[in-house]
Amino acid sequence: MALTEQDGYDERLQEFTGREVLQPRPGPDPVNVPMIRHWVEAMGDRNPIYLDETAARETGRAGIVAPASMTQAWTMPGYAATAARQDDGSGLGGLIALLAEGGYTSVVATDSEFAFHRELVVGDHVGVRETVESISPEKRTALGAGRFVTTRRTYLDQHGEVVAEQRWRMLWFRPEQPQAPKALRPRPAVNRDNAFWFEAAREHRLVIQRCSGCAALRHPPGPCCPRCGSYDWDTAEASGRGRVHSFVVSHHPRHPAFESPYLVALVELEEGTRLVANLVGVTPEEVVIDMPVALEWLDPDPGLTLPAFRPVTP
Amino acid sequence: MSGLSGRAAIAGIGATEFSKDSGRSELRLACEAVLAAVADAGLRPSDVDGMVTFTADSSSEIHIARSTGIGELRFFSRVPHGGGAACGTVQQAAMAVATGVAEVVVCYRAFNERSGHRFGLGRADAPSGAGADDAAFSWVSPFGLFTPAQWVAMFARRYMHEYKATTEDFGRVAVVDRKHAAVNPAAWFHGRPITLADHQASRWIAEPLRLLDCCQESDGGQALVVVSAERARDLPHPPALVLAAGQGSGADQHMMTSYYRQDITGIPEMGLVGRQLYGQSGLGPADVDAAILYDHFTPLVLPQLEELGFCGRGEARHFIADGHLEVGGRLPVNTHGGQLGEAYIHGMNGIAEAVRLVRGTSVNQPPSVRHVLVTAGTGVPTSGLILGAGR
Repeated sequence: MALTEQDGYDERLQEFTGREVLQPRPGPDPVNVPMIRHWVEAMGDRNPIYLDETAARETGRAGIVAPASMTQAWTMPGYAATAARQDDGSGLGGLIALLAEGGYTSVVATDSEFAFHRELVVGDHVGVRETVESISPEKRTALGAGRFVTTRRTYLDQHGEVVAEQRWRMLWFRPEQPQAPKALRPRPAVNRDNAFWFEAAREHRLVIQRCSGCAALRHPPGPCCPRCGSYDWDTAEASGRGRVHSFVVSHHPRHPAFESPYLVALVELEEGTRLVANLVGVTPEEVVIDMPVALEWLDPDPGLTLPAFRPVTP
Repeated sequence: MSGLSGRAAIAGIGATEFSKDSGRSELRLACEAVLAAVADAGLRPSDVDGMVTFTADSSSEIHIARSTGIGELRFFSRVPHGGGAACGTVQQAAMAVATGVAEVVVCYRAFNERSGHRFGLGRADAPSGAGADDAAFSWVSPFGLFTPAQWVAMFARRYMHEYKATTEDFGRVAVVDRKHAAVNPAAWFHGRPITLADHQASRWIAEPLRLLDCCQESDGGQALVVVSAERARDLPHPPALVLAAGQGSGADQHMMTSYYRQDITGIPEMGLVGRQLYGQSGLGPADVDAAILYDHFTPLVLPQLEELGFCGRGEARHFIADGHLEVGGRLPVNTHGGQLGEAYIHGMNGIAEAVRLVRGTSVNQPPSVRHVLVTAGTGVPTSGLILGAGR
């Protein structure tokens, strides 16, 4: 990741925009019947104009033609030659090397728009010229972070005549490490009596239920004040300062959402109520009872926000 | 003395073997335990007209009644809050027979707690409904505090801090339990005592709790037959009179997580039970000759001794270190080996041991036991009994 943030990387990449990265040179073989036969057989294409001279003439053509979809195939040098391809760094090889430098080592074709100017016939020898149209900024995709590289490919015959044009877009991406889905912490059972607390937590506010009748604070909350009997309440915002009243260092059983051993404390807030929460920024050996702590927030997964506490100097 | 004291008695006890994998259904374990207890009482299944169990039990009384030939039932009741229910089932039964609502009431608990659903693994994956009971766990589970051992550890750490107790003080409870279990053929840990060094070498589960502070998990069933004191005198065994039976839920009570009281080193609901037990029976701590103290986790045995008046606040560690829980000590405790040593049957096997102590048939029988105090689960709304041979 750091590589692409280094000064100059983007500029070096954008130097390829507008540049011709592939000079036209004839493909390995001219258009020929055996390759057409293999192609249409593999594709299951029964159109007779590709192999039957008579049928082709009956359509008004001079003879058999190659399937339009083979246009790109005539220019492909094959795997070994592609893998061994080298250039001076200003061509396609250089672009691919620069993308690899940015970590974009994987590739997938995303778009191909073709315009065909004439049909290819046996004996045509096709080459291709490729020019970079654009290189996108880094995008987040389902496959990983990557850049869309759009090129314009111009297919030419042995006379230099344009036979087809193609806009070709590929996503060069940084493959994401396959990760086991992160285990979720046990979910709170949210109901009408406690939802306010978890909603406030989502906004990173630690609240304490406060009786509207007698102003008594209570946690865990409940629908009715045990002191004055009032059902009316609002909330007070906690200062977030407190002390460790007790704590547990949990070793077993191991739960995939927690890294054992982990710390759970009973924190007494300066407002007087207590709550259970994790301790962060401290090792089990360092925790002592009555240690002063201050509020932080944990977002263990997108669906859960919880208060946590970190030791502070009093 | 209250109207309940001495009116009912436990006349029969029966259990399955205690194992890690019963190979049988929980209902079958319940049937076996119930029939064994009825036979021990010298009664027939058709004599039973009442049944009591835990809300946590998976086998309703109707299934057992139809399977065992009990037939009609006039009284059935269930007690909530996990292991806190244990002595409460006997209280229900005693009240029923004392009032004539029923004549022969069987209390039972049976489960495959080790080979089936293990409580020790906690409720991390428990479904969370909208009810108050599920919602109560919202204040602990998301933070990784979702097992009984973890819940107890929070109390234990504060207790250590307040009273300078150490994990060795907790370990001594496990050592005495395992010492008693070692000579009890019915105990899972029969023949396998431990030393304090073994305890200190055992791995952390939820600091400050080590593995050997946590009771085992077990498959098995236990049943008790409760009849009137009068009827019990005509039955084969010496009656274990219910001299007192109480339940207790403290102020600001939570299920295993009563962390919000000013002081979390005591067990106020057990104090409430204790006051009722002494009030009903007219007895005091000095009259108690042996005790079965609920020992799912060793640290909570210490405040039980304090709440029940066997020693002062914070003094339990000295009381234990001085050997008072041993046979021959001031208060022999968990002579069957406790749940740490014999089996975890949600406290019901402890009530059976109290009956044996009254009968004089415990494998670790102290001399002249007149009164035995039994407690149920700690950390939860709980219950207790004083059983005696009569006066």
